[in-house]
Amino acid sequence: MARWPWIAGLAVLAIGAGWVATRPAPLPATALDGITPDAARGETVFAIAGCANCHAATDGPREVLSGGRAFASDFGTFHAPNISSDPVHGVGGWTDLELASAITRGVSPQGAHYYPAFPYTSYIKADLQDVADLIAHMRSLPASNSPSLPHDLRFPYNIRAGLGAWKALYLRDDWVADAPTPELERGRVLVEALGHCAECHTPRDALGGLDRSAWMTGAPNPSGEGRIPGITPTALDWSAQDIAAYLQSGFTPEFDSAGGSMAEVIHGTAALSDDDRLAIAAYLKALP
Amino acid sequence: MKITTIIVTAALGLSVSTAIAQDLSEDQQRALTARQAHMGLYGFYLTPLGQMAQDRIPYDAAIASAAASNLAAMAAIDQAAFWVDGTDSGTVEGSRARAEIWTDPDGYAQVQQGMADATAALALVAGDGIDALKGAFGPVGQSCGACHQNYRAPAN
Repeated sequence: MARWPWIAGLAVLAIGAGWVATRPAPLPATALDGITPDAARGETVFAIAGCANCHAATDGPREVLSGGRAFASDFGTFHAPNISSDPVHGVGGWTDLELASAITRGVSPQGAHYYPAFPYTSYIKADLQDVADLIAHMRSLPASNSPSLPHDLRFPYNIRAGLGAWKALYLRDDWVADAPTPELERGRVLVEALGHCAECHTPRDALGGLDRSAWMTGAPNPSGEGRIPGITPTALDWSAQDIAAYLQSGFTPEFDSAGGSMAEVIHGTAALSDDDRLAIAAYLKALP
Repeated sequence: MKITTIIVTAALGLSVSTAIAQDLSEDQQRALTARQAHMGLYGFYLTPLGQMAQDRIPYDAAIASAAASNLAAMAAIDQAAFWVDGTDSGTVEGSRARAEIWTDPDGYAQVQQGMADATAALALVAGDGIDALKGAFGPVGQSCGACHQNYRAPAN
């Protein structure tokens, strides 16, 4: 009997150590020092990062990031929060550093973990200049006073502290693909970091982490409806020009047109330059 | 154009096999076949226009004008008879028409009108040169996406 308190004590220590190892890690306080945000450049970042695809209301204008959309998953239903410039219901009252920590580290200003339905898991690879530009652009968009809705998740996924362990396993800032040319390097920023293409086009393991060994090979649709197609050269035999034309117009080489979530992604890629669309195509064509 | 023919044929073939599996009524089957052929013909007339707009084939005013006029005519017809009850993607395997077409008729009518407007605008200028074609083709593509975003189910 006497050893039970010991075991309880060890358990408390283990949990404590685990908490320390997995507690939220925001950006360092000096991360944005020396960066001058450029809101005009941020408009391009906003387009490819696809913020409006989740945070604008389904029927609302894409500039109003009022939140409210529901996203089904294996873990429950996520509701995209209001990230408009409203100081009360949105993020207008946050500092640039708080926003950058949320976007690239998945940490709230109060020091809580965000769920990786928010693709900070990709944005962590973004250049902080791009992130600062994005934030400057977001501040210029309209405010919405719609209150954010809570997520509706099953136990144990509804315990945010558990996300620390998830992040320790899966939150990585290293690139997946090599980028030996400037075009491939630009493509990699657009695909792996800002465009977060892998979040849908790469399959996940049982805990929801991306399977890097099956990068961009396609995955079940988390909504349960159909499959997200593979976009490696093996899965998709389009030319680079075909891919760039699709990202600009939404039309496949057979002149079928993109549907579902991809129709929304095309809103963003249509706003890019031709060079950027070709860089995305070059990246995809260079995948194994 | 061959590819489009294959798509139309495949769409028709799919709906026929679906009928056997689902035991559709004759009215349901005819509506499914007709609307899938209608979608296939959109692709048929979009192909030369899109290939010109993307600089894949030389611009030809007569071909562009005829294709755009046909597209506009097809987009303008009354489609009400297509949407027979019990033929949505959740009920019939092979149907990609999401139930939202039935549950959100106003939203669907709006995106359909968007395509009618965009194709009518394209038909007006498609014979006026490649730049005019390119300018009016973009909104047509956006109107396709606007409908497919919410009203078409994934292929697989």
